[in-house]
Amino acid sequence: MQTIIASTRTKDMALTALFAVIVVTAPIWGKLIGAGYPDLLQKFAIFGLFAIGYNILFGLTGYLSFGHAAFLGIGSYTTVWSFKLLTMNAIPAVFFSVLLAGIFAAAIGFLSLRRSGIYFSILTLAFAQMAYNLAYSVLTPITNGETGLRVLRDDPRVIDAALGIQSEGSPLGDFFGLTLTGYNGFYFCALMLILGFYVSLKIFRSPFGMKLVAIKANQTRMEYTGFNPRPYLLSAFVISGMYAGLAGSLMALVDPLAGAERMQWTASGEVVLMTILGGVGTLFGPILGAAIIKYFENIFSAFNEQVLHRIFEFLPDWLADIMVLLTNPFVGEGWHLTLGALFMVVIIFVPGGVIEGFRRLARWSTRFDAEAAERRKAEAEEKAKARAARQAADEGGAK
Amino acid sequence: MEALLLQVLNGLDKGGAYALIALGLTLVFGTLGVVNFAHGAIFMLGAFVTVSVQNVLTISMRVKDESITFFDAYKETPYLEVWWGDVGRAIIDYAVPISILVAIPVMLLIGLAMERGLVRHFYKREHADQILVTFGLAIVLQEIVKANFGANPIPVPAPELVAGSADVGAMFGLHGVVYPWWRLLYLLFSALIIGAVFAFLHFTTFGMVVRAGMHDRETVGLLGINIERRFTIVFGIAAVVAGLAGVMYTPILPPDYHMGMDFLVLSFVVVVVGGMGSLPGAVAAGFLLGILQSFASMNEVKTILPGIDQIIIYLVAVVILLVRPRGLMGKD
Amino acid sequence: MTDQQQRKVVLSISGVNKTFGGLQALTDINLKIEEGMTHAIIGPNGAGKSTLLNTCIGRITPDSGHIQFEGKDLVAGFTPHAINQLGISRVFQTPEIFPELSILYNVMIPAFARRDGSFKFNPFRSLRKEKEIEDEAMSLLEDFGMADERHHHAGSLARGNKRRLELAMCLIQHPKLLLLDEPTAGMARHDTNRTIELLKKIKLRGMTKVIIEHDMHVVFSLADRISVLAQGAIIAEGAPNEIKGHPKVREAYLGSAVL
Repeated sequence: MQTIIASTRTKDMALTALFAVIVVTAPIWGKLIGAGYPDLLQKFAIFGLFAIGYNILFGLTGYLSFGHAAFLGIGSYTTVWSFKLLTMNAIPAVFFSVLLAGIFAAAIGFLSLRRSGIYFSILTLAFAQMAYNLAYSVLTPITNGETGLRVLRDDPRVIDAALGIQSEGSPLGDFFGLTLTGYNGFYFCALMLILGFYVSLKIFRSPFGMKLVAIKANQTRMEYTGFNPRPYLLSAFVISGMYAGLAGSLMALVDPLAGAERMQWTASGEVVLMTILGGVGTLFGPILGAAIIKYFENIFSAFNEQVLHRIFEFLPDWLADIMVLLTNPFVGEGWHLTLGALFMVVIIFVPGGVIEGFRRLARWSTRFDAEAAERRKAEAEEKAKARAARQAADEGGAK
Repeated sequence: MEALLLQVLNGLDKGGAYALIALGLTLVFGTLGVVNFAHGAIFMLGAFVTVSVQNVLTISMRVKDESITFFDAYKETPYLEVWWGDVGRAIIDYAVPISILVAIPVMLLIGLAMERGLVRHFYKREHADQILVTFGLAIVLQEIVKANFGANPIPVPAPELVAGSADVGAMFGLHGVVYPWWRLLYLLFSALIIGAVFAFLHFTTFGMVVRAGMHDRETVGLLGINIERRFTIVFGIAAVVAGLAGVMYTPILPPDYHMGMDFLVLSFVVVVVGGMGSLPGAVAAGFLLGILQSFASMNEVKTILPGIDQIIIYLVAVVILLVRPRGLMGKD
Repeated sequence: MTDQQQRKVVLSISGVNKTFGGLQALTDINLKIEEGMTHAIIGPNGAGKSTLLNTCIGRITPDSGHIQFEGKDLVAGFTPHAINQLGISRVFQTPEIFPELSILYNVMIPAFARRDGSFKFNPFRSLRKEKEIEDEAMSLLEDFGMADERHHHAGSLARGNKRRLELAMCLIQHPKLLLLDEPTAGMARHDTNRTIELLKKIKLRGMTKVIIEHDMHVVFSLADRISVLAQGAIIAEGAPNEIKGHPKVREAYLGSAVL
């Protein structure tokens, strides 16, 4: 699997443009697959960003962090605090969230990256659990504990107050007059996603990205080649932490609320699932994985027995009953069961995820095509030979 | 003094659970080289064996409630009670000890199935893959349990005989240190299991091969010993140990489907603190962290260091990993 | 002789001792590697050849003695990347390459280390702009006869080719000192000969090399000077002709028919 390639400028631009078109038209094609509402589309974009960033660490360097949810949480809290203290405008909120997540990532990464492999995973896990437990207990003045941190009408908001901006009703995130809910919220997230994708593309096409992959491939060789792997790893860790902070910030932008459950280690597990499911170390895989998980979470968890009965209507009654019985545990409340099972299947059979699956299909079909072409060619040759032989015989006969 | 003794006791029974789970994790890591994120789920399955046993024992029929005379009232009475009266009631009362007997073969089978069906194919894959696939398995297992037993904790009482509290303080000439009998039993039980595992590893030929395998797998393989089959059994034993830890823990903490994940993270920390692959390290670290945690939750400590009870274990883990990467008793 | 005395000493090892748990691995090693020379270290198994090489690159700290590279003390605590940045490259006994990357990238990465130092943060620089380094890597791959396979995964190469790739990765760094740990071990005869030809070519460029080798054919085709190591001590040193007839060397290799 070659992740890093030197591509042409036109190709990269075309790729980014294509991606932008797909993202911006999501409300249209989303309708076709039953995902055409802003809440879900926002989730696609937000978790897509989270996964793109995570992929820069895990996909390129192979360092498996179980602590990235902490940065997601930090991003959310910072955004809500920016809303409370400064302004409802999104720009400072996003800026401070990414910055703070980056600072925390630098500190946690600096310590965790002193170890590798399973020890690194455990260290990140320990830091994230500390952050989570503290958010629930001593840090309640900052995080508002179990209730979660929310924006109130009578918060100071010094910048808004100075500019004389007042919000009617409950305050909502805003982008120079645009209220960031519904489709506005989605388009803001989409903009960030396209930006995030572009940055990730640049990294994938840079010597820096190449060195990250080289660290994954053979760290010993990297060291004896004259590179110090530590700052490379730390850079990747901080970049991915900043992506997580951005994703957390967007979560709070479209819905001004931050809770500690976002920081639990199982939330870190979710981004791992997304990255792996889509295709770890690939450009599009993580976004695809995020979209697939969020899409099916949404669709499947809404299913119940009646819906299943309707789906299997076309079957004979007895068969429909059996199908409903078989599928029922996997939908609705059981959606996580589907997710866990799907994840296992991917790790066991297609460790490269959906993208790898596509590649295999493509290879299989081209081989199939090649075989067919070969056969046709052979047949044609045989016919030609037969014709030639016939002709020779005819000529012979004519003589 | 009383408070200290109480905290030590508190720490010991929690530490017992940590030690038992960590013991299995270490055994599996040391022999098979597999990082098993489904180990917490095995602990949880053990607890739900108890719930199942209790459910089976209390399968009930509707009988007429004689105490109500105004109208015909019915109540649910377990068959066992209907058939055997007091004896039946006693059997139900002893659901947890009975579960231990049931759990041994059940957990062994689950362990063997897991090793044969899944874990075996991951010996040669990266640690990251092992973590991920067992993490997936853990999700699947806990969701299956959730689908069958619901999301709420299910209380499982200890037998009446040991449901009360013991005046532990009296033994040391102190006053006012009372402690639930069951927790003392748990401590004793975990010591027993740990002792049994160590005895097994040290005094049987099987155990010696396994220990040699932990030390140097290739050489033992070269001796022509079928190490693979033994490793399968080791995995089974680890599953039984974790399962029994789960069975015995039910009266202390009503089991729910995600208790495994909660304990998993802590147990991994315990394993790392003890030193990956060191059995005595895992046990020592289990008790040590249990006690540290209960001391950290004392009010006197909390006023000086607010929030310390929430993070002490992780903090210790981070410090140990950074200062002594091999853990307390890890081998080089 | 006067000519040799004027040569600059690249690596000088003086009075180095090392014990491992009571076992004397290296005893009072004194060695001077001169610029432009190919210096072979030979000796029977367990003589301490690898220990000596690892001491040179800071992997093992000697108990006593000094190692100087271009007059600078190589003290303990030098990380592998710092040593490489001083100008020492190393070919390992088992090939250390980047299996998941293409052959071309395998060769380009060490060139980045030479140009950018041990760390450079340039996530927005495009690989397209690295034409110079790519061209250099390509011309080297042509010398090695691997140019046509440049887009193949390095991991898909045969073992002998992996080792030659590793050699190319070291050469693109233009090291002041190249350490080769049994560069032909496990190679078929014709692969060995190809490697010898390659190394001879490098020799013409005047690169200083230390070779640890079992294969006497390789040693005598390449070496300018030979040191013989036995039981952790240097028992003989000299030009290939002197070593061939040396009685102590015969003794150390007693029973082996290579000499």
